[in-house]
Amino acid sequence: MAADAPTQAAGTVPAHGWRSSSLPDMKLMMWIFLASDIMFFGTLIGTYLIYKGRSLTGPYPQDVLDIPLTTVSTFVLLMSSFLMVIALDALKRNDVAKFRLWTFGVAFFGAIFLGFQVYEFNHFVDLGLTLQGNLFGTTFYVLTGTHGVHVAIGVLWLLSIVVASYVRPWTSKDATNLEVAGLYWHFVDVVWIVIFTLVYLVDFIPGAGG
Amino acid sequence: MAIGRRDVPAPATPDAGGGLLARPAWTKGLGSWLTTVDHKRLGILYILTSFTFMGLASIEAFIIRLQLAAPGMELVSPDVYNQLFTMHGVTMIFLAIMPLGTGFANYFVPLMIGARDLAFPRLNAFGYWVYAFGGLFVYSSFFLGGAPDVGWFAYAPLTSLSNNPGNGTDFYMIGLLIGGIGSLVTAMNLIVTIFSMRAPGMTMMRMPVFVWMILVTSFLIVFAFPPLTIALTQIVFDRTFGTLFYVPEAGGLPILWQHLFWIFGHPEVYIVILPAFGVISEVIPTFSRKPIFGYPVMILSGIFIGFMGFAVWSHHMFTTGLGPVANTAFALTSFVIGVPTGVKIFNWLGTMWGGSVRFTTSMLYAMAFLFMFVIGGITGIMLAMPPFTAQATDSYFVVAHFHYVMGGGALFAFFAGVYYWFPKLTGKLLPERFGQWTFAAMFIGFNMIFMPQHFAGLMGMPRRTQTYEAGIGLEIWNLVSTAGTFVMGTALFMLLFSVIYAFRNGTPAGNDPWDARTLEWAATSPPQHHNFDEQPIVTDRDAFWAQKYPEASHGDDGSQWEGMDFDAHGIHMPGQSWYPFLLATSIFIAGYGLLFENWPLSILMLVVLVGATYGWAFEGVGGHHVHPDDGAEAAGD
Ligand code: HEM
Ligand SMILES: [Cu+2]
Repeated sequence: MAADAPTQAAGTVPAHGWRSSSLPDMKLMMWIFLASDIMFFGTLIGTYLIYKGRSLTGPYPQDVLDIPLTTVSTFVLLMSSFLMVIALDALKRNDVAKFRLWTFGVAFFGAIFLGFQVYEFNHFVDLGLTLQGNLFGTTFYVLTGTHGVHVAIGVLWLLSIVVASYVRPWTSKDATNLEVAGLYWHFVDVVWIVIFTLVYLVDFIPGAGG
Repeated sequence: MAIGRRDVPAPATPDAGGGLLARPAWTKGLGSWLTTVDHKRLGILYILTSFTFMGLASIEAFIIRLQLAAPGMELVSPDVYNQLFTMHGVTMIFLAIMPLGTGFANYFVPLMIGARDLAFPRLNAFGYWVYAFGGLFVYSSFFLGGAPDVGWFAYAPLTSLSNNPGNGTDFYMIGLLIGGIGSLVTAMNLIVTIFSMRAPGMTMMRMPVFVWMILVTSFLIVFAFPPLTIALTQIVFDRTFGTLFYVPEAGGLPILWQHLFWIFGHPEVYIVILPAFGVISEVIPTFSRKPIFGYPVMILSGIFIGFMGFAVWSHHMFTTGLGPVANTAFALTSFVIGVPTGVKIFNWLGTMWGGSVRFTTSMLYAMAFLFMFVIGGITGIMLAMPPFTAQATDSYFVVAHFHYVMGGGALFAFFAGVYYWFPKLTGKLLPERFGQWTFAAMFIGFNMIFMPQHFAGLMGMPRRTQTYEAGIGLEIWNLVSTAGTFVMGTALFMLLFSVIYAFRNGTPAGNDPWDARTLEWAATSPPQHHNFDEQPIVTDRDAFWAQKYPEASHGDDGSQWEGMDFDAHGIHMPGQSWYPFLLATSIFIAGYGLLFENWPLSILMLVVLVGATYGWAFEGVGGHHVHPDDGAEAAGD
């Protein structure tokens, strides 16, 4: 309720009652959720790092990880965050057509990222890396899989927004709704940068880890 | 400034709401409870449900104590004993004490801050249902192949499939995962509510201490539950999908479970105790007729305790071989956390000092809380010394310690809350004289049970063992302890009886039976659907007190709010909804799908879940407007 509560200027009260915060509830909620989500990912990443190098059998990270390929998919995900910014800007300017186009674009880029991940998982399984095979497999798939689920939920969410904007025409008043989805999306993107660095890159930087 | 005190039947005008399932509008009967989003009704559901679970846990404790009454008893087998103490611990912590705090928070936080409801009412309902279903899920294990028997800490690798082939562990893990969702979303909901729905004039430093403690608790939940959730998921994956997280033969580290568990588990202790601190901080000022002593210090120490809660987890792991440096560090942080707790004790005593103390039943429980919490605190400091723990760990000394904290502390605080707030919840007073007898029985019973356990523990009686040897001096302590359960059991029945009696025949309480200080007492008893007829305006800490006794006010005159129309459209109340219940049900059934590895059922429930999420999202804001002014004449000041 009251997701669109406007900023409270002194001396005025919005139609549906007084609020003691100028931050819309939905946005505050999303910030708190993301704070919690940091702990979720923190625990998963922590587990990955603690178990790093403890696999008793292969395949090991160096045997499977394909840096150039994942760099491309990382780039696609980064670009989607950029589109997200443009989409929000369009909605704030009431440019509904552009808002739909760019929001769809974000979802589309997210889907491409997921496509890469599906390909990667399949390929890794072919190379012998499974969920049950060794600790690397266990921690890698659970960590990156959880991230993938986040991306998938984001894609569904953004597509739903595009559809909803046809059911009931959206205007700049609905910007908070998109902004909240945007916060989520940027967060998922940032988490991927951390994962990409710690899981993929570190091993290939000379002298860092092994 | 009239604070809503007019009794007007509220004419409700439902808004047109879209969606697949029309917004229900029952006001009575089962349907109205299944679809309610009213924080007061949900608060009552929480309180009743947690007391039900507490009853079950008490029965388990009673059987445990009977088994231990004398050496060599054979009432229950070791297997059953393991199930009993596991279920007792799990139930008390996750299903009874913690949700009891949530129940009070649900009911009273909006009233205390002058709000109509929580920020997200449907999410609130959802939180309750997943909690109730999570508990049901754990308890259904008794009928579906045996209860969990690995202790409430469920140490790996005890929980691996090869060590523990039955379904009990899965019931524990999946049940807590289901219930944990509820704790998380409700905590987030409360945080948003406290930040954005405070009445005009209620700054953060004018909030009742209870609200502050709920805020800190909610943040603890937001940060402490994810590590537990991940750890539980890892075990479920190990057992269901054959991952290797805690398989030592593959390089897995069982000690990782202990870290993740206690990174959650120690904050959990504060998640249980901080709301209790909050209750005490309301009860003592009211019955001492004085504002709380050192309000800012009270708040800051609460925040500090919450913060430090994350820095001491390894004091549960002194004997696991972390090494002297780590042990020393965690011993020191554990001592530090004792400081703000001690500060709080002195603040409560300072509040009573020089006040005109009324020894109501509620106040008696609060004072017993102080006494027993201090005992628990002292043994806690002892246990924070690694050399001492090396001796006392896994003995009954530990059992005595945490029962003084959790039972003598949290539970007695909540009993104080029950006596304090019952009139607000029901409009009836609990019988005072009988209440004092009940209290006496409760206090004597509790100390009879747990005081001797200190001595039994120091003499070497191990915990989690279903019997002990004769002739080493343990008989008398155990006999007294078991006798105590009869006294305390009687007291619990007396409490149950007075609640039922008062609900039916109790003396009407009026709106403000204790001459209390905070805003919830400005509402009717029980509060109307929309809490307050008019938006309360706050000019002071102890807002209601300042209104009743303007000469005691140190605040402003509230003139900045003059002439504002806070409810221009009439009061907007949220509408009922089926979706929270539906969503929770799908998660509940999906839990069985996962446990019995019935994938079609799981996928079906996933589909229902996604459908219900969309239904929820597109159901629209809904709700209705209430116009207390229609045909009503203003009463009161
Ligand atoms: C007042 C009546 C109670 C009685 C008679 C009682 C009795 C017991 C007994 C005999 C044990 C078993 C110790 C062992 O064998 O290791 C136990 C364990 C435990 N109790 Fe209670 N208890 C009571 C209340 C509570 C309360 C209010 C709480 C928590 C808020 C609580 C939390 C626990 C926990 C966490 C354990 C440890 C279970 C484990 O080791 O896994 N109990 N209790
Ligand atoms: Cu601790």
